[in-house]
Amino acid sequence: MTNDEIFSKVQAIIVDQTGEDKEKVTLTTNIKQDLDADSLDIFEVINEIEDEFDIKIETEEGIETVSDLVTFVEKQLAQEKE
Amino acid sequence: MTRVVITGMGALTPIGNSVPEFEAGLRASKVGFQPITHFDASETGITLAGELHDFEPLKRLGKRDLRRMDAFSQYAMYATAEAVEQAGIDEANTEPETMGVIYGSGIGGLTTIQEQVIKMANKGPQRVSPMFVPTAISNMASGNMAIRYHAKNICTTIVTACASGTNAIGEAFRQIKEGRAQVMLTGGAEASVNEIGIAGFAALSTLSKATDPKRASLPFDADRLGFVMGEGAGTLVLESLTHAQARGAQILGEIVGYGATADAYHITSPDPAGTQAARAMQLAIDEAGVKSTDVGYINAHGTATMGNDSAESKAINSVFGSDSDVLVSSTKSMTGHLLGAAGAIEAVATVDALQSGQLPENVGVVQQDPACQVNLVNADNRDRQTEYAISNSFGFGGHNAVLAFRKWAE
Repeated sequence: MTNDEIFSKVQAIIVDQTGEDKEKVTLTTNIKQDLDADSLDIFEVINEIEDEFDIKIETEEGIETVSDLVTFVEKQLAQEKE
Repeated sequence: MTRVVITGMGALTPIGNSVPEFEAGLRASKVGFQPITHFDASETGITLAGELHDFEPLKRLGKRDLRRMDAFSQYAMYATAEAVEQAGIDEANTEPETMGVIYGSGIGGLTTIQEQVIKMANKGPQRVSPMFVPTAISNMASGNMAIRYHAKNICTTIVTACASGTNAIGEAFRQIKEGRAQVMLTGGAEASVNEIGIAGFAALSTLSKATDPKRASLPFDADRLGFVMGEGAGTLVLESLTHAQARGAQILGEIVGYGATADAYHITSPDPAGTQAARAMQLAIDEAGVKSTDVGYINAHGTATMGNDSAESKAINSVFGSDSDVLVSSTKSMTGHLLGAAGAIEAVATVDALQSGQLPENVGVVQQDPACQVNLVNADNRDRQTEYAISNSFGFGGHNAVLAFRKWAE
């Protein structure tokens, strides 16, 4: 899966969860600050990402931007291939 | 003594998604049953349900609300938005600490529970949604309501199965009558037309297996087969008379009595003698300060199960006398049984009956059961102006709840 594909899936999940416009969700978007998301939104986004990519995200610590999420997914998928 | 009036109503039902549509449905004796569409019911043995039709939650709720609420909370919030809008309650005319919420639901977020248990079984416990608990729990209709309307007085939930809506309204009535609150949002919501809900009630043989909507829910008929499950919500805005008058609110009706008793008999069967159901009616009438002969209409629990309708008839006759001319109907003949929301939409129907002088008919009866000797409302006798009416609700566990209403007059 390419980075772009991962991004567009993550973007769709965030758009669905927060109700924000797609254009507002870019790689540099800070999920909590820029999208007015609360802790439940973050939990739910992580849960949806786990379902979508069939991976496990142990902690939401260190995840602030959309880019952080994409990078995390990318790493997990790479690890599972090994 | 503080008088308690109704200044707003909301209804979301299988025969209408607002109070005006619901009332029009009642006038037209509209039957709201169709084959189940929410899930594939082909293996349940049950064909029909009273599902909502053309429900568009986004009319009154945000997208984010939908993600954070089970259907029962969405229904509750939708009906409450209608009621609050009609009442005209806002922070300018109502101090938040004087406004409370007592709402009912028989089961709460059953669809969410079903989905997440299936997910846990298929994908493991670590995949259960973080939204599971805050959407599934039964108190979340009340909790969401308090948040949305800044209601900072009591906020609680009544869970008494099919009596939940009536018990909630009765307890809210008492909050105001006893001076603890000025305004209460109250009612009930249910959203159990899902696989586990239908399967569960079907296993108890309480559901009608009928396939013809016109012969499905037949309260007090000799051929009654059980109830048709409905879904939706009803909300009343209750207010102390002085608070309502001070802000120039339109008054729709008055609650004048509430009786609540327990059969203490069996977990699902009503006491066939109907003794405590009768006492609940008598308590409500006594609190209203009137005699049973002053009551012109009874909105019956009338589920169309064998046990309920005969026991309820016996109870009615023991209070009103077998030669009474009180008229009785079960609006479940049109809406189906909305479980914890039933008493709430039936309160709306009862207020409408008093306001309009048009009683809702007991639809579908061909052969009245001799074990149910009550005067049913039909097309010929439905025009009746009456000052007082009562509404009955009874629930699994032996909960009996009865509200007494008075047509509004100074």
